[in-house]
Amino acid sequence: MSQDEKSRPSWLSHRSEIVREANQLLSPVTRRAFGKQLLGLGSLTLLTGCELTDDASVQVLLTAMSRWNDRAQAALFNPAQLAPTYSKSQIKRPFPFNAYYGLDEVRQVSEQGFKLALSGLVKDKQPWTLAQLRLLPQTSQITRHICVEGWSAIGEWGGVPFATFLQRIGADTTARYVGFRCADDYYTSIDMPTALHPQTLLALTFEEKTLPARYGFPMKIRIPTKLGYKNPKHVVEIIVSNDYLGGYWEDQGYNWFGGS
Amino acid sequence: MRSSRHPVVIQMCHWINAFSLILMVGSGLKIYNASPIFGSKLPGFLTLGGWLGGAIQWHFAAMWLFAANALVYLAFNLLTGRLRDRFTPLRLSEFARDSLDLMRLKLSHADLHTYNALQKVAYLSVMIAILVMICSGLAVWKPVQFPLLRTLMGDFDQSRVVHFFAMLYLVLFSLGHLIMVAVVPRTLLNMVPIPKSSHTEDRVHESG
Repeated sequence: MSQDEKSRPSWLSHRSEIVREANQLLSPVTRRAFGKQLLGLGSLTLLTGCELTDDASVQVLLTAMSRWNDRAQAALFNPAQLAPTYSKSQIKRPFPFNAYYGLDEVRQVSEQGFKLALSGLVKDKQPWTLAQLRLLPQTSQITRHICVEGWSAIGEWGGVPFATFLQRIGADTTARYVGFRCADDYYTSIDMPTALHPQTLLALTFEEKTLPARYGFPMKIRIPTKLGYKNPKHVVEIIVSNDYLGGYWEDQGYNWFGGS
Repeated sequence: MRSSRHPVVIQMCHWINAFSLILMVGSGLKIYNASPIFGSKLPGFLTLGGWLGGAIQWHFAAMWLFAANALVYLAFNLLTGRLRDRFTPLRLSEFARDSLDLMRLKLSHADLHTYNALQKVAYLSVMIAILVMICSGLAVWKPVQFPLLRTLMGDFDQSRVVHFFAMLYLVLFSLGHLIMVAVVPRTLLNMVPIPKSSHTEDRVHESG
């Protein structure tokens, strides 16, 4: 430093003046730079996502991040971690109806002639009647249904532990996916570890009564470790597969894993 | 006199935080609107993502940036001793005195290196709010996988409420923060990477 000091012209010793001058010079520049920053950030929010999300490269990035989030959630998923259970007094009555259509469009599936179809990596593809399913060991649980929209409601579902059912049909439990096709044209798919989770149910009842049509007769897959849109109703076919099967909402942009 | 300029790491953290916070709040408000906690929806121009699915994509993409940045910031502050240097000691008497000075509009800004008690409290509260934001966010995202966080918040529904108010606090802080920067624009100088050659003030001080 001392060498620099010596080589400096004498006018540099008027420090206070120089500081003042520097401030005068710098402030407007940085103020403008700051204004630019603010404008840039502000306009980002003003775009309300339409232009921004429609932009192809942005959408590629967001989709890639959603796939990354699938992997992150699969890594976070603990097969032994149970969703909290609640008491009967905490059940939401009436339990909210939710679907991609209104209550007046609920599909009415008749028990007569109904058979659950099985396909994919399953040894015994014999279709199942409801009567046969009711003969399998049953269990019930009171858990919180969490919707992707943010609301939640506690309900009671009863039926066959899904892992038991998968074993019974000789499903290849090393396969990656289990898919569901529904009578209301809904479809979704889940990862095998979640399918084997002890709380995942092939639900046949709601509050100890046969599942009403609005809650998914003849059967709903109740998964308390996943968001509502991963809990299909009116299930008519179960597919075990190593091929990605997507889902009704997932194919429109909802995260595929959808775990909670 | 020490340089009042923030280290480059802190500058970067600051702007990444501002950027990711805007993405998080915009997409978060769109998600909020899908099922408002307090009845009415928020105006659409404040939201990001176009629809619920798009907003969730933004929120769950930007959350990694937001959280990773917070971790880098915290690690840097802890490892370099900056947290202790700049945020302690924190005395109630100084807080009272500085609050009074602020109300009289006489708060001194002569030494930008040393935070006054109000700044210490404000910036520490933001660090805590961001921590609450992350914890409540994790409880909303993974109420089953993080039972401790879920229980800490109350339950799933309460996690959303905590998440909302932590967001509100950060937004209100940011507005106050912008006002303070407008009042004392020199502080902005410390948060931007101006080339050394033009940074006359510091060089003069260092040589003295």
